[in-house]
Amino acid sequence: MLSSVHNPRFLLLHYRWPNLHFPPKPHRQTTAKALHTTQTLTLSSTATSPPQSQILTIRESLLSRRTTAVELAAGYLNRLRRTEPHLKSFLYVSDTVLKEAEEIDRRIQRNEELGPLAGVLVAVKDNICTADMPSTAGSRILDGYRPPFDATAVRKLKECGAIVVGKTNLDEFGMGSTTEGSAYQVTANPWDLSRVPGGSSGGSAAAVSARQCVVSLGSDTGGSVRQPASFCGVVGLKPTYGRVSRYGLVAYASSLDVIGCVGSSVADAGIILHMISGHDRFDATSSKLHVPDFTSQFISRDLLESKPLKGLRVGVIRETLDDGVDPEVISLVRGAASHLEELGCIVTEVSLPSFSLGLPAYFILASSESSSNLSRYDGVRYGNQVVADEINSLYGDSRAKGFGSEVKMRILMGTYALSAGYYDAYYKRAQQVRTLIQESFKEVLDKNDILISPAAPSAAYKIGEKKNDPLAMYAGDIMTVNVNLAGLPALVLPCGFVGGGSTCLPVGFQMIGAAFDEEKLLKVGHIFEQTLQGCSFVPPLVADDFAC
Amino acid sequence: MALSFFRGIQSRPFLLYPSGFFPRKHALFYCTMKSTQTQIATHEKQEPQLKVSTQSKRLDKISKDFEAVIGIETHVQLSTITKAFCSCAYNYGSQPNTTVCPICMGLPGALPVLNSKVIEFAVKLGLALNCKLSLNSKFDRKQYFYPDLPKGYQISQFDVPIATGGFIDLDLPVEYGGGHRRFGITRVHMEEDAGKLLHTGNGSYSEVDLNRAGVPLLEIVSEPDMRTGIEAAEYAAELQRLVRFLGVSNGNMQEGSLRCDVNVSVRPIGQLEFGTKVEVKNLNSFSAISRAIDFEILRQVLLHNEGESNQIVQETRLWDEGAQKTVTMRKKEGLADYRYFPEPDLPEVILGNEYIDGIRDSLPELPEMKRRRYEQMGLSMQDVIFLANDINVADFFDATIAKGADVKLAANWIMGDIAAYMKNEKLSVNEIKLTPQELAELIASIKGGTISGKIGKEILFELMAKGGTVKGLITEKDLVQIVDPVEIQKMVDKVIAENPKQLEQYRGGKTKLQGYFAGQVMKLSKGKANPGLLNKILLEKLNAES
Repeated sequence: MLSSVHNPRFLLLHYRWPNLHFPPKPHRQTTAKALHTTQTLTLSSTATSPPQSQILTIRESLLSRRTTAVELAAGYLNRLRRTEPHLKSFLYVSDTVLKEAEEIDRRIQRNEELGPLAGVLVAVKDNICTADMPSTAGSRILDGYRPPFDATAVRKLKECGAIVVGKTNLDEFGMGSTTEGSAYQVTANPWDLSRVPGGSSGGSAAAVSARQCVVSLGSDTGGSVRQPASFCGVVGLKPTYGRVSRYGLVAYASSLDVIGCVGSSVADAGIILHMISGHDRFDATSSKLHVPDFTSQFISRDLLESKPLKGLRVGVIRETLDDGVDPEVISLVRGAASHLEELGCIVTEVSLPSFSLGLPAYFILASSESSSNLSRYDGVRYGNQVVADEINSLYGDSRAKGFGSEVKMRILMGTYALSAGYYDAYYKRAQQVRTLIQESFKEVLDKNDILISPAAPSAAYKIGEKKNDPLAMYAGDIMTVNVNLAGLPALVLPCGFVGGGSTCLPVGFQMIGAAFDEEKLLKVGHIFEQTLQGCSFVPPLVADDFAC
Repeated sequence: MALSFFRGIQSRPFLLYPSGFFPRKHALFYCTMKSTQTQIATHEKQEPQLKVSTQSKRLDKISKDFEAVIGIETHVQLSTITKAFCSCAYNYGSQPNTTVCPICMGLPGALPVLNSKVIEFAVKLGLALNCKLSLNSKFDRKQYFYPDLPKGYQISQFDVPIATGGFIDLDLPVEYGGGHRRFGITRVHMEEDAGKLLHTGNGSYSEVDLNRAGVPLLEIVSEPDMRTGIEAAEYAAELQRLVRFLGVSNGNMQEGSLRCDVNVSVRPIGQLEFGTKVEVKNLNSFSAISRAIDFEILRQVLLHNEGESNQIVQETRLWDEGAQKTVTMRKKEGLADYRYFPEPDLPEVILGNEYIDGIRDSLPELPEMKRRRYEQMGLSMQDVIFLANDINVADFFDATIAKGADVKLAANWIMGDIAAYMKNEKLSVNEIKLTPQELAELIASIKGGTISGKIGKEILFELMAKGGTVKGLITEKDLVQIVDPVEIQKMVDKVIAENPKQLEQYRGGKTKLQGYFAGQVMKLSKGKANPGLLNKILLEKLNAES
């Protein structure tokens, strides 16, 4: 149906990404046309072609009028309807998607300016507030709750013309690593329906993986975007703390929470990040630093030199390739390191001695903050209220019925850690460890451009496998929590598969950058992705849609 | 602690008199009581010795052996245009839940962003209280459940308050013995107010009004330096003056813009360690502070004298204005654990020296500075305290003397007729029509003899009620004093001629009638005759041999 030979990829060296800003500049259309894409409404073409930006493809096909926004949206919605009974990645699907798409088509017909994300179907994790849809954070206590406002990130995406397709499933309040902790449903991994999609942004990762939407927003407190991205074979981007406004993100652990992006290509994750980044007067912790165009340095595969990453210093974190990590995962990460070496990087092993301290420190801090952040769910003003004779039972019963067991456990842990007499031994000590971790990251990042590690110790495991073993599940966060404690940006992208044949599961590796240097991560990730041979990360469930 | 607190508020009578205060066998009985009135009546039967009427007398007697130690925590509501962490306005008395937004309602996903005015006001008050400012402070979360606290925690400052270690100077009123006092300030910190609960008549449910939630407060904690109810009330009054002079709060106690909780303990004189302290709340006026403390001192001392000092327990008591007594609200079961930890949603508060200096330079003249200045002008302490009490009165006075008015005369006019008029008409000094310029003119006109003091008074009321100028009124009403002896003599002659009978009586020895004649002449002159001249001429005529 189409050939990648005719697809010169995006001539991003010449592509002026700021043009994507809303409102668009008049010359954008010609720029987009200059892409000369011969594709119709499609995604990756053959099994070996590298992933490409669906956002740019959609834009090009709309502007060239090769397809309509309604056709595009209908394609996604049909796939969503077909796959959703198996996947259960959505808690809510919007019923206005086609209407919004029609409006975009009308704008195209009237030759009106289009937002840079016009016609792009975005799924939003259900702990991110949307004014016209429920936002439950996967919890019974917010059953039926509809916020009166859009989260800043959602508002920005809408202003860019994106269509919010629905709200994705998650572990209750983001607390979990499998999405089994949702109070509503268990999401399946599109690669193997008997396995978990990871979590807590499991719905967002599964939805992108199964091409139920173009891109999605997730949230990452201890790895909740990156680990599911690895499990589902998609790109997951955790920005620097403060890069993206948290306003409208239902707080789990405020000092660790960030909104992250999930896409089927590095370019898409980068474009979305660009759209949602920047200071927000509603979030005092959002950074006022300039937001560069994260994708401006992308180089088309055809224009790559033989050593496009020459001189880039890459540190492989020794402590992450240790006991307890699946040997297949280790060999894939080592393979990724070799691949980077071939691209010209100087790869060395580095040590983060404080690495193993991250997990306990993370669970103390995250639990402490969550015990406080979840105090507002008292049944008094919104959410589920239990009928009670007096206020103590109203509080107690509303919370007992509204929260799931994992949430209760973390509230208890956090309350304990903050109690008089324990504060110094737990919370304060964990903060000291956090400082230590920040310093040791800074030290190695002064000598290296990026660090790499697995995104998770294994590929996706079976549904129910770790449900009754919280410590094993917590241990699965070891690769990612340190990055949140240090507030650094990290990009997870697929680098291969474990197993084979019908049990083949994708695995991603993690690249960690210096604070606010998402640009470098995305550039390296993009080159890696474009040069990775022989891998297609479209799950068999929907592969037919993308066959030649 | 706060959990049980709710019941205390919702159905206050239940917890007014826990068993600690009474024999245990009564506890059940009191818990089943439905009405506050009944309980208070019963309570009085139990302790008839605590009658208000005898309170001050008893206090005098016993205070020889005991001394009270009093510290005050004051919450000042800041008069910022918007709330502390969102852009909602706050107006006292608005319809419930009309000035709220996702942030102050604590909706999921909403975040606080600090209003920089709060910092500015905190620094102002910190400087005015002679405190040391923390260049790096932070916000913390104070956690407890209560229906008026939407987030389940209050954003406050815990271990690093914005200002510490200051003091406040004040002069006690002359009628209470006078004297200068300096009371220590332990700390000043920033926090947010909670909402309000409205309890329904039948007590089956309560309503939550979040208008006040998120309004910025400064909490000022004093050292335990006060010894009497009067000292404590004056401390609070000086704090009110200070916040009003600084313009950081309206300081209105009735609206709850200035709320004082006092800690009272007593100890035998000479003892160094403090006695068990009792916290008293619900003090809505300075006199309530004073009376509540005196009551509490008496109660505690009596318990000491009766050998029942173990009945003094660490507790929170409410001042019952109707019954003029304090009653138990809740007993403290150990220290409440608020699980403070640094507020992760707000960055640290970092003050630059330049910023602080800028605010210091912009501080107005504060009450203490004003009092010292007025004192140096030679005014009596009573005058000084009166004039410096209200910033608008002080400004009026300053403006009047700036126009050249005599200091003592200006003070007398303001404290006398002007103050009386304002009181009667319930007007503030800014609402009367009289300007400092015209008061100065009036004083000068009397002093210069253009008009008499009596006429001056008449004009004053006209000026206060309708405005206008002294000169204009004098001309308009033809009020210039008659100082021409010939003219006055004519009037004297006329009056004497018209009153032959009285003249006869006068000359017959009834010299008191001089006043009658003077009055008649003054009447004839329409009050314009110079009184000195009038009397001189009148006497001459009356005593003249005919």
